[in-house]
Amino acid sequence: MNAKRRAIWVFGDYRNYFQNRVTLQLLSRARELAVKIDAEVCAVVFGYWTDEWVDDALSHNPTFCGVVGEYIAHGADKVFLTDHPRLAAYSMETYALLMERLAKREKPEMILIGATTFGREFASRVAKRLGTGLTSDCIGLDINEAGLLLQIAPSFGGNLIAQIVTPEKLPQMATVRPGTFQEIPHDTLRTGKVVRVPLPKDLPDDRVRLIRVEHRLPRGRKIEDAKVVVCGGRGLGSKKKFAKLFELAELLNGEVGATRPVVYADWADHDALVGQAGKHIKPQILFSFGISGAIQHTAACNDAKFIIAVNKNPNATMMKKADVAIVADASQFCTALIQELKRCIR
Amino acid sequence: MLNIVVCLKQVPMVSELPWDPATGTLRRELAEGMMNPACRAALEAALRIREIQGGEITALTMGPKMAEEVLREAIALGADRGVLLNDRGMAGADTSATSFTLARAIEHACPGFDLILCGFASSDSDTAQVGPQLAEELDIPGVGYVDEISVSGRTVRVQRLSDNFLETLEMDLPGLITVTSGAYVPRHVPMGGLQAAFDRADIATLDAASLGLDPDRIGARGSATRILNVASPLAGKKNIVLTGTPKRIAEQLFERFDDKIGGAIGKDLKLDKKKP
Repeated sequence: MNAKRRAIWVFGDYRNYFQNRVTLQLLSRARELAVKIDAEVCAVVFGYWTDEWVDDALSHNPTFCGVVGEYIAHGADKVFLTDHPRLAAYSMETYALLMERLAKREKPEMILIGATTFGREFASRVAKRLGTGLTSDCIGLDINEAGLLLQIAPSFGGNLIAQIVTPEKLPQMATVRPGTFQEIPHDTLRTGKVVRVPLPKDLPDDRVRLIRVEHRLPRGRKIEDAKVVVCGGRGLGSKKKFAKLFELAELLNGEVGATRPVVYADWADHDALVGQAGKHIKPQILFSFGISGAIQHTAACNDAKFIIAVNKNPNATMMKKADVAIVADASQFCTALIQELKRCIR
Repeated sequence: MLNIVVCLKQVPMVSELPWDPATGTLRRELAEGMMNPACRAALEAALRIREIQGGEITALTMGPKMAEEVLREAIALGADRGVLLNDRGMAGADTSATSFTLARAIEHACPGFDLILCGFASSDSDTAQVGPQLAEELDIPGVGYVDEISVSGRTVRVQRLSDNFLETLEMDLPGLITVTSGAYVPRHVPMGGLQAAFDRADIATLDAASLGLDPDRIGARGSATRILNVASPLAGKKNIVLTGTPKRIAEQLFERFDDKIGGAIGKDLKLDKKKP
């Protein structure tokens, strides 16, 4: 009989390590889930120089001072590592093939993958190759009474939340939205096992060839990470009135977002677009001015903790979704709010 | 001359779906349908590629009879023909069953295809999984989340932004590309186009039997995932409504939520408590 322990795998998506902590967040949640099903937590890393990737002079364990060591320090019991020059750049087909083969050999119970752009496509391909199900962009994970991975995911643009399971197929797979879970603090004393998996000799060339890659460093302040976002829509009335949002955002230590019609009308840059084709935001407070609430927009702001919406029309979707719905002219209220803030902040 | 297939999905138009809180089910039949925005961009990409390369565009969709509307719209915009996959057995498919069904339909209806274009994700389920899984199913190269496409002979060059990395990639045809919704601004339906699409549209309807599909591999039966329940995230929200003059509302807002707002903006709000 197979005496191997059950395992929860987390794909090591280390690109943008310092900006995107989703792998660490998943390791943390995987630890909590592993207790419930008596499993070990494994990270899976494909790359080149991944074990020396971060020059961490303070590491107590100099052998694993790169991303591999980071994953152990953040909760992995074991790291499966394929480290080879051919894996220096992310490569979809190659990574999917490596994951497929490793999963078929090791038979993990679950595979969790960060819902980054790469992760979402990668997970789709791996799930297809393994003939299993996949829930996309989860905002919660748990173990249900049957011991199955409960995958909690928004549907219909976040207007509904669905609970999904993969009852018959293994592994149970999910991609998880960055920021859903809290990472465990770095513990340099934690130890783990590194299992080196050689590159298969018969590895075919990726049919998609990387011609050029350019790292676009994110700008200083990002609307995706802002604690306060002030979003404006067509209901503000004009470019000049929209511009007042910048003054408001400044007072609120926030960032300005915009809807698609506003971007098309050139009241705001495309960078400010909050929507399915633009940025997804998750502020503590979202101020929404003159926005009716088209699904492409609301889908991108469902993670806002507290929504204050302003609209002349009390029946607008955004007003119904709001914690506080203010029935007023968006532009006039913006002016009043600026004045009140200037009075209150001393 | 390229044989191009564009996969389209009809999605509900309303942002707030009619939802029956008692049974926890969606009343999709009450919602108006529209072409998914990213699919619209994929169709636009196909039309522009055909303008340069020449060829034929087949619009393909899976759904209820009503989904034929998006095929007619695609034909009105310039697609040559439409294929509707309509079968009760196909209902309730997850992305894996969907990609299986689409793959078999493409092999059947569009043999010798060169390029498959899909929207990167749908606005209703937003999984972004069908495109990549369709490439897997057909065992052809594929690239997701593409912003720019150029075809030269049998080679396609694409550009995409993937997690802060601007990538230029190349593959040989046949291949599959999923297109972001901002990538190609869709054209408007030309004058008379819609009428023509309804008068003489070339639309074929295929069911599971005509494709010879195993009923255990399609629809809900062919799906590995099960939805246990759905709930509205709005349940439990208070939705406090404030009315009055802008000045008075602003004052009320700070009176009631000064801690919340002050905490988020990282500033102390000094309220004038002496006010009457």
